Amino acid sequence: MTDGRFFDEMSGPGGAARAPYQAYSEWFSGEDPKALLKKSAEAETFFRRIGITFNVYGQTEADERLIPFDIVPRIISAAEWRVLERGIEQRVRAINAFLGDIYHRQEILKSGRLPEHIIAGNEAFLPQMVGVAPPGGVYTHIVGTDLVRTGENEFYVLEDNARTPSGVSYMLENRETMLQMFPELFTRMRVKPVSSYPHELRRSLSESAPPAFTGGKPCLAVLTPGIHNSAYFEHSFLADQMGAELVEASDLRIVDGRVAMRTIRGYKPIDVLYRRVDDAYLDPLNFNPESLLGVPGIMDVYRAGGITIANAPGTGIADDKALYSYMPDIVEFYTGEKAILQNVPTWRCSEEDSLKYVLDNLADLVVKEVHGSGGYGMLVGPAASKKELSDFEAKLRARPGNYIAQPTLALSTVPIMTQKGLAPRHVDLRPFVLVSPKSIYITAGGLTRVALKEGSLVVNSSQGGGTKDTWVLGD
Amino acid sequence: MAMLGRTAGGLFWMFRYLERSENTARLLDTGFRIALTGSGSDHAESEWESIVTTAGVRELYLQKFDTFDQAHVINFLLRDRDNPSSILNSIEMARQNARMVRTALSSEVWEATNETWMTLKTALARQVSVKNLADVLTMVRQQSSLVRGALHGTMLRNEIFDFSRIGTFIERADNTARILDVKYYVLLPSAVRVGSSMDNAQWETILRSVSAFRSFRWLNEEETSPRAIAAFLILDKRMPRSLAFCFSKISGNLAYLAEKHPGSLPSLELAQEIHARLKDRDIDAIFDEGLHEFLERAISASARLASTIQDDFRFYG
Repeated sequence: MTDGRFFDEMSGPGGAARAPYQAYSEWFSGEDPKALLKKSAEAETFFRRIGITFNVYGQTEADERLIPFDIVPRIISAAEWRVLERGIEQRVRAINAFLGDIYHRQEILKSGRLPEHIIAGNEAFLPQMVGVAPPGGVYTHIVGTDLVRTGENEFYVLEDNARTPSGVSYMLENRETMLQMFPELFTRMRVKPVSSYPHELRRSLSESAPPAFTGGKPCLAVLTPGIHNSAYFEHSFLADQMGAELVEASDLRIVDGRVAMRTIRGYKPIDVLYRRVDDAYLDPLNFNPESLLGVPGIMDVYRAGGITIANAPGTGIADDKALYSYMPDIVEFYTGEKAILQNVPTWRCSEEDSLKYVLDNLADLVVKEVHGSGGYGMLVGPAASKKELSDFEAKLRARPGNYIAQPTLALSTVPIMTQKGLAPRHVDLRPFVLVSPKSIYITAGGLTRVALKEGSLVVNSSQGGGTKDTWVLGD
Repeated sequence: MAMLGRTAGGLFWMFRYLERSENTARLLDTGFRIALTGSGSDHAESEWESIVTTAGVRELYLQKFDTFDQAHVINFLLRDRDNPSSILNSIEMARQNARMVRTALSSEVWEATNETWMTLKTALARQVSVKNLADVLTMVRQQSSLVRGALHGTMLRNEIFDFSRIGTFIERADNTARILDVKYYVLLPSAVRVGSSMDNAQWETILRSVSAFRSFRWLNEEETSPRAIAAFLILDKRMPRSLAFCFSKISGNLAYLAEKHPGSLPSLELAQEIHARLKDRDIDAIFDEGLHEFLERAISASARLASTIQDDFRFYG
């Protein structure tokens, strides 16, 4: 069922199940496909009833959509996972060290390992953060490292989401759904649990309390842009699960040098704010005077140690696409070790030779906007029409510095359940990482995103992607 | 955990809107029944007109239509986007508020609200035919019972519950007072023509629009008089839609909230003052005072109370 061009995680070369999938495969062959399809439909009803939806901008009628869920789990062996875990931890440590350096002494620029222009002209670098020490020295408390696989032992980091990674609620709800639908599978196979994430998040954020925290239990709040935000479900879900307040900027103001929320009995100071809004909407006084959103003065409180903002403002410089190609150097510079996880080879179109190569080989490459996200503004060469290619070429020539290019990776596939039975589809993986001054916690697995369209390499939910439950097996 | 002012406001409005959708359904049900039985055949239009007035959307309606014909009124109250109090808009606002305060709700309450929205959005996507009207209205009442049931069965009796109940009873008191005020003239002693079928129909209408036809009969086997109806809907302590009942509940919930409140609570004082005017009152005294004037005062007092609650608990700032 796999055409051999891509690494299929379930079926090995001869068609037999790979080791991690053996037990699942045996179980599957004893099941009635019709009954499985029916369960699949039930899962959708379940998701809709509890309202696990995401909003799509600019669509009035179907403004709340479900992310399709596939019932075939993505399975990773304990040994595979150990390597990934070590690699992720190394990378996240390096990112925090890099952020501390880039906003203070900037040793990495002085050493010449990272060219100054990458930082100097970069909008993701916040001058307001220069010299600011975040509580406990942590910049990115929550990271979602996007990984892709191309072979038995070939994993790449596609993106380090160091700003406000989303999707963890889907990871948790997917597991809940699988537990309800296929309890027998969990008795046959030892799957590492993920359900403690909200608890770990609470612990991790509490450990990051600011100097102004006076003892007792720190007051935590999740800052959401509101019910119309595409990830609102996740914001309320996380606040609910960890017993934190879900606040909007209009609930907050500065009272006696603290950021405080308006309760029915007056203002109450917040110790740790898990913000799910962009830097630009955090503080109109300090960032974006045009914006009516945000909490005027919150940055001043932050600088004075009155509140922890997670993730810290300015962390976006670490996952900026212009910086991505330097990540192996960054890891080595701060950890003194070779990077365990590979970077995807990347051409910086700002460099003349690279641009020439990219233009000559456009049909084979993936080209990304340096500041883009969500799969928008991206060219997938092999899938593009002649017209799309020539249109993109014009854009590239006009603003080469705005783009980076990568080879089209032969992303691994995992089967999904279709009307015609199992069919391979391309996947990626987003494990979630929690960083506190005391510890680093990594979810066992994470969110597997799957491109539901046959042959498609784009897994983003805004572009027709779905999700799967991810199983990391016990030893 | 401390409750946000915005959350309190969200709960208040979520339950106001749910109650509103149910009340509107009941009004439509009553109007439709009159039209069917022909009990007020000459007055069909004026009956639909008084229903629009009771729903508090008369001016909005007249901006769109010149006459109060059945099809227009039904559609306007059921699903018109230009009517912010239409059942469809009310349900949508209830669900939007529920989404906003989701962390304060038990999953049962949230799911019941979400399901209500999904069910009614589908049912009201197209014009509802006369044939299906009864079914749709039943669905509205059933769905709102589902949410209420989930609230009672699964929610802690804490501040979240208090604000939910206060929203419900403010809306309900307002609705009952309006129903009476729009029909007050048929309740006046001067209007009584004993045994006239016209009056009987009107009285029945009033009782049905608060789902109290049976319970009134139960309590008043013999006498159906305007005096007894007014007493029942205004003063009866055990009738869950009477003004006395609503304000007693509001006072009770505010008293719980006051326990932890620093300083005085103007809304509690106001609620108690309103309740005092209803407690142990004689209906004759209210007729002497003037029924219409009494009801108008009740409606404005209820609005004042809502805005005092909003200020006391910092819904908006």
